[in-house]
Formats: sequence, C-alpha cells, structure tokens
Amino acid sequence: MSVLVYINSSTGIHKSANEAVTYAKKLGGSVTVITNGGCDAATLASLGKYGADKVLVDRSVNSNDDQQLTRMIATAADSVGATTVVFSHDLTAKAVAPRLSVRMKAGLISGAIDLPSGDGTTKVNVFSGKAFGAVKVNTSKKIISLLPNSIQPEATGSDCAVEDFNGNAGSTNVKVITTKKPEGEIPLPEAELVVSAGRGLKGPENWGIVEDLAKALGAATACSRPVADIGWRPHHEHVGQTGVAIRPNLYIAAGISGAIQHLAGVNGSKVIVVINTDPEAPFFKAADYGVVGDAFEVLPRLTEAVKKFKG
Amino acid sequence: MKILVCISKAPDTTSKIAFTEGNTKFDENGVQYIVNPYDEWYALVRALEIKEAQGGNVTIITVGTAADEAVIRKALAIGADDAVRIDADPKDAYYTAVQIAEYAKNNQFDLVLTGKETINYNGSQVGGMIAEALDAPFISVATKLDVNGSTMTLEREIAGGIEVVETGLPAVVSCAKGMAEQRIPNMRGIMAARTKPLQVVAPVSVEDMTSFVSYTMPNAKSACKMIDPSNMDELVELLHNEAKVI
Ligand SMILES: Cc1cc2nc3c(=O)[nH]c(=O)nc-3n(C[C@H](O)[C@H](O)[C@H](O)COP(=O)(O)OP(=O)(O)OC[C@H]3O[C@@H](n4cnc5c(N)ncnc54)[C@H](O)[C@@H]3O)c2cc1C
Ligand SMILES: Nc1ncnc2c1ncn2[C@@H]1O[C@H](COP(=O)(O)O)[C@@H](O)[C@H]1O
Repeated sequence: MSVLVYINSSTGIHKSANEAVTYAKKLGGSVTVITNGGCDAATLASLGKYGADKVLVDRSVNSNDDQQLTRMIATAADSVGATTVVFSHDLTAKAVAPRLSVRMKAGLISGAIDLPSGDGTTKVNVFSGKAFGAVKVNTSKKIISLLPNSIQPEATGSDCAVEDFNGNAGSTNVKVITTKKPEGEIPLPEAELVVSAGRGLKGPENWGIVEDLAKALGAATACSRPVADIGWRPHHEHVGQTGVAIRPNLYIAAGISGAIQHLAGVNGSKVIVVINTDPEAPFFKAADYGVVGDAFEVLPRLTEAVKKFKG
Repeated sequence: MKILVCISKAPDTTSKIAFTEGNTKFDENGVQYIVNPYDEWYALVRALEIKEAQGGNVTIITVGTAADEAVIRKALAIGADDAVRIDADPKDAYYTAVQIAEYAKNNQFDLVLTGKETINYNGSQVGGMIAEALDAPFISVATKLDVNGSTMTLEREIAGGIEVVETGLPAVVSCAKGMAEQRIPNMRGIMAARTKPLQVVAPVSVEDMTSFVSYTMPNAKSACKMIDPSNMDELVELLHNEAKVI
C-alpha cells in the first residue's frame, strides 16, 4: 500500500503535520509527503522521523489556491500510486480534500479521530462532538482528514529524502491581495492547553487575568460566543457549535455557564476545569475538576500556583 | 447576479442526540429541524444583501425529502426569491454535491454559496465538492464577501491568519461568521413565503462514496472533582500528577 500525506508547511512544520505522518505510517505501507511553498529542505526532512519515506515539494505553488493544490496532490498521488491520501483536518484540508475527493473518485472521511478499526470503518465526530459516527468508504481509494490532537506523534525514525516535484498545478484563479497574521499566538485548533472565559468576566478590560494564566501555562486563549459577539474578544477565539471546535488536552473555562452550544465545541477536550461562582452552572456536569469561586480571585491564584510549579 | 444558496436542515442546537435501530440511525423523535445556522445566518443573508444592493435573484436549493419543505419555507421567509428541492434523502456529501452541481450547471449561476459546515455531520465537504464538479474556484470559510462587477473580494481564514483574495465569477464560497448578521423573519416574509415558487426536481443517479455504518455516544464523564477555591496548588498538583496534562 502507498499512502500520500499532504502537509501545509507554509508556516513551518506543526505538531499536526507530525500527527498526520504518524497516522499514515500506522496505516501501513510506504508513506510519501507532498507539500508546497518555501519551507527549507532540512526542516521538511524531519518528517522522516515520524515515518515519511520521502518528501516531495513543489516550490512553484506558493498560495492557498485550492485548485492548484488539488491538481498538485492528485499528480503526486498518481506518481506514487497512492490509494490513501491523509490530511490534517485544518483550514487547507477543508478547502482541498473535498475537491480532491471528486477529482480522484475517492471517498472522503473528514475529521477522523482514530485509525480505521478492524471492520474497516473510521471513527469521526458528529453532531458537533456530541456523538461519534463510524464511516465506511465505498470506493477503492480513500481520503482521510485527521482531526488535530487525535493521536500522539511518534518520532521513531530518522530524517528522510526531500525531492523537488512538479505537480502540474496550473495557473491560479485566486489573487491574494494581502494576508494578516496574528503574531506570536498559538493557533487555537492546535493548542494543547486552552484558557477560556465568558460573560462572567464582566468586560474586556478584565482579560488580563485570563491572559496571565494562559501565558504562565503556555496556553492559547478562547471565549464564549456572546463575548465575541459584543466585541470583547476577537471572533477567531469564539469556540462552540457556531465557532471553532477544539480538543485540547486541557480546557480551563472561567465565567462560562456551559450552554449546550458552547459544550459542543469543547467536549472533545481530554480534561476540563470549570471556574464559576454558581455551583449549579451546567458546565460542572461536563467538568473533570470544578472550582466554585470568583474568577477574579481564583484565576490570579491559579496563575501564581502554576508559576510556582514551573519554578 | 444569479445566486444559488445551498440550504441544509439541521437539528435544533438544543436537541437531544440519540440513535435507534441498533445505533445505526439518528433518532428523530421529538427533534425540531432548523435551517443549518451557517447557511441561514451567513450564506443566505449575505446573498440577500448583495441582491438588495445590486439587483438579481436568490434561489435556495436543498437536497431533501418533502419533509424538509418546512425548513425551505423558513428560508424563503427570510427573503429568498424561489426554492428548488432535489427530491432525495441524501446519505453522503458527494451525492448531495453532485445533485447541486448538476442543477447549477443547467441554470447558470454566477455565485454558489454554502455554509461552512452542517452542524450535524460537520463534514465541510459539500462546497468544495460542488466547486470541483463545476471546475470553479472555491473560497472556503470566507468571513467577508463583496461583489464588484465580474469579480469578488473576499476575506477568508487560513492557517494562522486571514487572507484577502480576489477571484472571478462564477465561484463557490463557503460562508462563516462575520459575513452577515442573522435576520429574524417578519410576518410579511412568513406570509409571502407560502406562495413563493418551490420547484421539485428529480435527482440524477449517483453512487454514494461513503456511508455512516453506526453511531456511538461518548462515555459519560465521571463525577467532577471539586477543589477548594483557596487551594490552587492542589489543582495544579492534580493536573500534573493525576490528569497528566501539565
Ligand atoms: C444556535 C445557537 C448557537 C450558539 N453557538 C454558540 C457557540 O458556538 N459558542 C458559545 O459559547 N455559545 C453559543 N451559543 C450561545 C449559548 O447558548 C450561551 O448563550 C452562551 O454560551 C453563554 O455564554 P457565557 O457562558 O459566556 O455567558 P452566561 O450564560 O451569561 O454565563 C456567565 C457565567 O459566568 C458565571 N459568573 C458570573 N460572574 C462570575 C465570576 N465573577 N466568577 C466566575 N464565574 C462568574 C455565571 O454564574 C454564569 O454561569 C449559541 C446559541 C444558539 C441559540
Ligand atoms: N442536503 C443538502 N442540501 C443542500 N445543501 C446542503 C445539504 N447538505 C449540505 N449542504 C450545504 O453544504 C454545506 C456544508 O455541508 P457539510 O459538507 O455537510 O458540512 C452546508 O452548510 C450547506 O450549505
């Protein structure tokens, strides 16, 4: 069997890329990575540690144009005879994997959270994380888009070869005018630790205590929907059914009631800590650790405790 | 400007999620269906705003059974001009996308809008599949969309940031938060929706590429461990030694 993995290396190699390569390795057979853009060969070679036999890079493709990327990946799949293509279920995968599915006539499993099981089905999140579905692919080729943080990356090998590749990507129909990148922030869907707050914080001027804790932990920050709607926090921090769905190792929620639509975006988290003044807040039912108390006192105290622990 | 907006039904966000027939089917008992929020709040409302500013026509399309007409009328009440229902019970995103692409091809739309994802299957698949079937550009997870003549300017989320792009028409766009504000239908809209044209079209023959075989519910959480608010050292200790997450 030959497995092809698409990696978006435009901002370097992220943990989610190592996860996707580890996943491909565990599927069995040879693993080839296809990527584009300007990431240097030495960095790309490190994917070999996670199981890649070879990395193909098409340096002529420098955009997020999904038509170009689809053609490039399809060309690579043909050239290595791939029967399975693996993506990390990020924004690029959401644009490109469906196109590739139609082009390659390969059934698409989006948001896989596990390896295929013995009966050939693959587990995905459905109903915004409130349930799991087992999906079967009816075509001979398949595409799996792996939800970040679903498996641990395993570095057991050594660097692999990196080869230039011509993916016949063709021309682009999408002209990029500008890109805006938030500096130095941890992208929320990839963050292993997340500190989140809601309307209980009373106003945007109080977010310092949330950011302090996030900084002490090395965590990303998130918020509930009303907080983003009233403009206390940027929209990309809004988690939940209508925002971003995340599954970090640790989710700390302060001053969030735990409405069902909020839980839908965070209930895949491995451990949930809830800080709320109201012992009846519904969030405690979904929590592993609960603190009934005032966020204005508890958050700074927790920050101090974390700093002390980290030394 | 002819705009096609893809509308899916979705269970009301407070619905109890359960399964029947040996966990192979979603239990619809007592479930209220709504228009999938991304389709209604962002795709449809933005389409209406574009039409209001520069004229044109907004058609909504659903691949679904007669039971879905209540949801279609709701979307008409918000202001779409007419509706198309492809008469099928779709089980797979590919099946749905091929039906919509076929209709779009035969009826020459300038712009096809979808939601970012359905809140029940969360696949984010249908929009990209339509675009590939139409060989058109696909701008996914767009948070802003402005039409200027035969081109569009859009903002979309990319890995770790936002990208402003320009593309020609026709194109397919999947719509997310930021693009428009939810509109509440008024009485006049609701009355008008009753008589707006709803065309039922037979599906073309397509094989599903994927199938959902069964469903499971997550394990119930064990009881929440309560920590004294004055003892955050204990919480840190538990997160380190017991939960092993820090
Ligand atoms: C279709 C639909 C989709 C939705 N999608 C989302 C979504 O994606 N994400 C989302 O978050 N919501 C979503 N919502 C909204 C959701 O239903 C809730 O209204 C929202 O999550 C509540 O936000 P909150 O917990 O911040 O505020 P509130 O419900 O006002 O809760 C504030 C909490 O803070 C506590 N508190 C107050 N003061 C303090 C203090 N000093 N210290 C500690 N705790 C304090 C209170 O006890 C309370 O529990 C959606 C709703 C609908 C209808
Ligand atoms: N049965 C359907 N009929 C019409 N449009 C649909 C249907 N299912 C999904 N869509 C559209 O495709 C988008 C993405 O759906 P999904 O790929 O299921 O996440 C939705 O937001 C809708 O705009």
